[in-house]
This record gives sequence, structure tokens and C-alpha cells, in this order.
Amino acid sequence: MTTLRVLIIDDEQLMRTVVRRTLEKHAVSLPDIDGQCRFTVEEAESAEAGLALIDSDAPDIVLLDHQLPGMTGVELLGLLSQRQPAPEFLTVMMTAYATLENAVLATKRGAEDFLAKPFTPEELRAVVDKATRHLLMIRETRRLAQEKRQIRFQLLSVIVHELKAPLNAIQGYLYLMKDLPAEDDPTVHANAIDRCLVRIDGMRKLIMDLMDVTRLESGQKRRDLTALDLRDVAVAAVESVAPEAAGRRIVLNLAAPDPVPVTADRGEMEIVLNNLLTNAVKYNRDGGRVDISLRAIGARVVIEVADTGIGMTSEECGRLFEEFVRIKNDRTRNILGSGLGLSILRRLARLYGGDVTVASEPDVGTTFTVEFAAEPSAVIS
Amino acid sequence: MNGKRPLVLVVDDDEDFRAQMCAQLEAAGYDVTAAEGETAADALLAVTKPDLAVLDLMMERPDGGFALAYRLKKRYPDVPVIMVTGVTHETGLDFATATASDRAWIKADAMLVKPVRFEQLRRELERLLPQE
Repeated sequence: MTTLRVLIIDDEQLMRTVVRRTLEKHAVSLPDIDGQCRFTVEEAESAEAGLALIDSDAPDIVLLDHQLPGMTGVELLGLLSQRQPAPEFLTVMMTAYATLENAVLATKRGAEDFLAKPFTPEELRAVVDKATRHLLMIRETRRLAQEKRQIRFQLLSVIVHELKAPLNAIQGYLYLMKDLPAEDDPTVHANAIDRCLVRIDGMRKLIMDLMDVTRLESGQKRRDLTALDLRDVAVAAVESVAPEAAGRRIVLNLAAPDPVPVTADRGEMEIVLNNLLTNAVKYNRDGGRVDISLRAIGARVVIEVADTGIGMTSEECGRLFEEFVRIKNDRTRNILGSGLGLSILRRLARLYGGDVTVASEPDVGTTFTVEFAAEPSAVIS
Repeated sequence: MNGKRPLVLVVDDDEDFRAQMCAQLEAAGYDVTAAEGETAADALLAVTKPDLAVLDLMMERPDGGFALAYRLKKRYPDVPVIMVTGVTHETGLDFATATASDRAWIKADAMLVKPVRFEQLRRELERLLPQE
């Protein structure tokens, strides 16, 4: 439950008491956040006393009378509106003399709403309800913006870390070769060179994947939507992983008896299928198999890629699509990856109005299912 | 140790770092035994007492190195521990400064930040392993 603090600034004792009694018994239900909001009320009999309370501990909502003995309500608003940073509370002006001029001035100075005196308890509650919802919405928006900044910063930190790891390894090998003469133990140098090349490859893959992410994120990539048969893309993807699969005696089986027509960007479809197939081979066991099935079901397309690999626990599956998450365990330790492939896959599936799901069992295998709209017209972009 | 080569335990989940450490240490006259994680290291420690341990801070768990150092010190209080970390400010996990009290608790005898130049490590080794 949320509790908001209301400050009423009015020189009439009776008015303050009525507002206090009404609001302290009142609750606003907030279906969005599945909760309730209640109120505590503080009182001030002049603008000066109200300002002192605001400065000591700022309230959430201020109910401000215009006609006050010293400084007027609109003058107080003017004072507050010049503050940096702007006050975070909302102000509702209450006045018996609701002149248009005053209303315009008060709005300019940041008043949220008006309540014309005399008002009924229902009218008071309605105005406070509206201010409450608006206030909580502003706060939620601010919180989300902050969270977004935070996530962006974390992502950047992880990218920096992921780029530094291969650099450290390569630098380490170069130092090693500098410190240890090649003639002492030639195998050390040969291994160092091989590993440097592997780490450079990994780094290049990471940079390429990052570029894919950036393009998808900014929407700058020129998408060329054409009519194609997804089977052609799948055949090309199978061919590109075939050498690695053959090296590890992994059988690739493509089952797509009927044409699978889609209107899509060929490059994007290649990324989807290449990602799926590379993973299915990379995380497979030697001598395993990969079954790829392509189907058109009504206006949807379903791609299913099943491997007989190391599999994952359901906890690992849950984290799988986050950026830079690589499932770290004994079985994945020596498998290189950027940690971006699946997050790219999911972005693309969603771009086409679909999604990716995964089913897996440790030591048995993993099945990825990508499902999306065959025609972009069915996609809300 | 009357002429016997000192035994250094290297624990790191990065196979490249392990390979580099092993090659350098062997060339510098140390015997090396390596483990790729906490579990393997614990198994090794159950049967072997190294003269010194070089531990990576982040392994399967972000603070795996600390936990391992704690267990190692409990079993062999006299074995010096050098903690190596690739974690610096950019990950937002600044162990070096944030956990000065933890360092006192785990009693790592030295902290080195990756990339580690072997000269740095050699200095620490010579400081921590008295030559006779």
C-alpha cells in the first residue's frame, strides 16, 4: 500500500478540518499496481507556514488556497516554480474567486488542477484521485527511465569486459613469447599462436554480433523485404555448418517437404537460421544429430531445430535469452561464443511478430522453436 | 626445500590464462599444478599441499576465488595466496577497494589485476616464498 502526504494550505480552520477528515478516510484503488493509496494530511494556515513545511519535508500533493492573509497562493506557486530542481509534488489550487486570469497564471506556474470553492467531499476526492494517479504515473515513468539508463550502463560494462578478456589473453601470449625463447620449447610458441588466432576470431564474432544488435536496435539497417522460400535459406545455412558438423560426425537432417513462403529480409532470415544451426552443432556431442524442420501453419512459420547435445536445466533455459548470458558449466567451458546470438535471435523473431521458445533436458538435447508471421503485413511494427 | 622446485597451484577458469601461467612458472623453475574451477581445486588440495596458490577471483561464482581462498587457508594456514582478478571498475564490481575488510578476512597475501605481467608475479612469488 502507498501512502501519500497531502499538505493543505488554507487560512480557514474549518476548511482544513473538512479536508483532513475527508482524505484520511479516503483510499484510491490502483488496479495497475494492484494496490491502494491512502493519505495523511498536514495543515498550514498561511503560504509562509506552508513553505516552511514544504522545505522541512516535501509533501506529495499540495492543496493550495489562493486567498491567504500574507503571500497569496499564486505568489507561492510562482516562488516554487522558479526552484531548481522543480518540486516533485503536485499542486491543486482551491479558490472561491476562480477568475480566468488567476487560473491561467496558476497553470503557467505549474498548478496541476483546480477545485472551486465551495466543493463537496466527492469533488475533493475526485480531484485528489486524479492528482494521485498522475503523480504515481510520473514517478513510474521516472523510475523506468532511471532503470533504462542503469541497464544501458551495465550492458556497456559487460561489453567492455567481454572485449577485454580476449585482449588480455592475446597480450598474455605475446608476453609469454617475448619472455620465453622459442628454441627452449617450440610447442609453447605454436600453441600461443593458435590460441591468439582463436581468441581474435572470438573477438571478431563478438564485434559482428554487436553490430547486428546495434542495427536491429536503431532500426537503421535497410530491410529488404522480398518473397522467398525459407527452405532455400535453410539449405544454405545447413551447407555453411556442414564442414564443422562433419568434423565431429554430427548428422544434419533438414525436413521441409513443402515450400515455406515468407516475405522477409533474406539477411535477417540467414541470421536466424545460422544462429540456430551453429548452436545446435556447437553444443552437440560428437556423433550426434540435428533435426531441422520448417513448416508453414496458416499465416505463421515454424522453425524447429532439435539437437542431441549437452542440454540445459530449466534454470539455465530461463536466463538463456538475456544479452551476454553464456551458460557457464563444465560442459560449456571450452565452447566459444559471444553471448549475443540468442538475444539477436529473439529480437528478430519479435521483429517478425513472433518469438523463440526452448525446451531442453541436460545430456539429452535442446529444441529451439522459432515461430513468426509469414507476411509482414500481419506485424504491428 | 633443499633444491626441490616449489609447487604452485594455479586455479582459473580461463584456459588461456592457465596455459600462460603454467608455461611461465615452469620456465622460471616452479612445479605447477592447475585446476579450472573450485571443485577441481578442492579435490587437488585434498591430496596435495602446494607451496603457493594463484587463484582467479571470478570463476563459476563471482566470488569463487574468495571462497576457495578461505577453504585453502583453513586447511593450510601457511600457504600464501595470490588473488588474480580481471574485475576492475568497468564491471561495477570493484573488489579491490570495496572489500578491504573482506581481504583482511580471507587474508589473500597479494592481489594482481589482469593482464598480469610475469615480472609482477615473479616479484610476489619471491617475496612470499623465502629462498633458502
